[in-house]
Amino acid sequence: MSKLTDINSIINRINNGAVLMIGGFLGVGTPENIIDALVAKGVKNLTIITNDTSFPGRGISKLVAAKQIKKLIVSHIGTNPETGRQMNAGEIEVELVPQGTLAERIRAGGSGLGGILTPTGVGTIVEEGKKILEIDGKKYLLELPLKADVAFLKAYMADEEGNLVYHASARNFNPIMAMAADYVVAEVEHFHTAGNIPPDEVMTTGILVNSVIFEDSKDAMKGGA
Amino acid sequence: MNPRELIVRRVAKELNDGDVVNLGIGLPTLVANHVPKGMKVIFHSENGFVGLGPTPPQGEEDKDLVNAGGQYATVNPGGAFFDSAMSFALIRGGHVDVTVLGALEADENGNLANWMVPGKMVPGMGGAMDLTVGAKKVIVAMEHLAKGGAPKILKQCTLPLTAQKEVDMIITEMAVIRVTNEGLVLEEIAPEFSLEDVQKATEAILKISPNLKKIEVE
Repeated sequence: MSKLTDINSIINRINNGAVLMIGGFLGVGTPENIIDALVAKGVKNLTIITNDTSFPGRGISKLVAAKQIKKLIVSHIGTNPETGRQMNAGEIEVELVPQGTLAERIRAGGSGLGGILTPTGVGTIVEEGKKILEIDGKKYLLELPLKADVAFLKAYMADEEGNLVYHASARNFNPIMAMAADYVVAEVEHFHTAGNIPPDEVMTTGILVNSVIFEDSKDAMKGGA
Repeated sequence: MNPRELIVRRVAKELNDGDVVNLGIGLPTLVANHVPKGMKVIFHSENGFVGLGPTPPQGEEDKDLVNAGGQYATVNPGGAFFDSAMSFALIRGGHVDVTVLGALEADENGNLANWMVPGKMVPGMGGAMDLTVGAKKVIVAMEHLAKGGAPKILKQCTLPLTAQKEVDMIITEMAVIRVTNEGLVLEEIAPEFSLEDVQKATEAILKISPNLKKIEVE
């Protein structure tokens, strides 16, 4: 059975207060059509786990502008002034996480791990409230796993089985988010029948992917800063 | 030579053949233009690849290929893409030889602050904390004084730290300073400045290297 799904039936699953992981780095590797559909539906009080809030008018920034987010778990918000404004005004909660720690927390969430130990953040405000363990004389922070209700990914290509291939630097957080959510949706630019992606080239196995959205939209082709 | 040009040219002299190097956004990015001829340096881009190449010509951009600042980029032959967990595993795991970062403040204990000014600017740390902790050699490349003339090289950082005791070198338009267990050692000085000028522009007390030299760049 093909995993190709209509975008509206996916968006109908998303309710106010949902916890979402969304792939991308400064908008590259972010499923723009899915974000547009979330904005159109107007779901509120979302918790979004993602690397950054992109540039104004692009990617996650559309959800910020529409004030649909209650909490952001991100590594960087500096490229989108509106996120900082909402944070300072107390309209949005922002948990800043070092980028490598964010990646490992997501990986832990999808890998059955109770957390990870990282030297990143030791001696900084990032260590506040966290358990510090000393191993062979070196200090590490215990960072806890992250999971989500739904992960929204962007891939270059998928097949009916949901196998995914990413292109260039659009891979970023997508493969690890595919592991860490109860329901995983990939928006793709190319769609193939089963068996047309050689197993050696599959980057995310279809067993992790519930639905594939194939939207041939001009908007999704925009890129870069 | 303008100050920023001098800084990036001097930083480039710290690179060695075969190094894997991550350049921070802004001034450090320009170091890529001055890799010594005949030397191969592999640039790591924390959004997920090694082999970062020059900016593509207009019309040849790939929407999926950007550098860590979100600008269109290219990948050199021999490069490789990977996911963010792998990218930062390379960083923390000691597979990146050198990172060059800008700073708001650095201090005599090798501390660095470059990710927030409480109440004013909170962009987030992005990959800076991991890079500072993980890279084998951490070079701070920055103008010696803040806008307005306040020293940035301090006895102790006042802003929230990016990392503790991780900085190896500070390179400015005035000086090349090595961070040691005994404090900051002034190793090179720009031709137009005196020792007194450099110390006056630096809050931390500088020890003078017995081999003190003038900064020379290509």
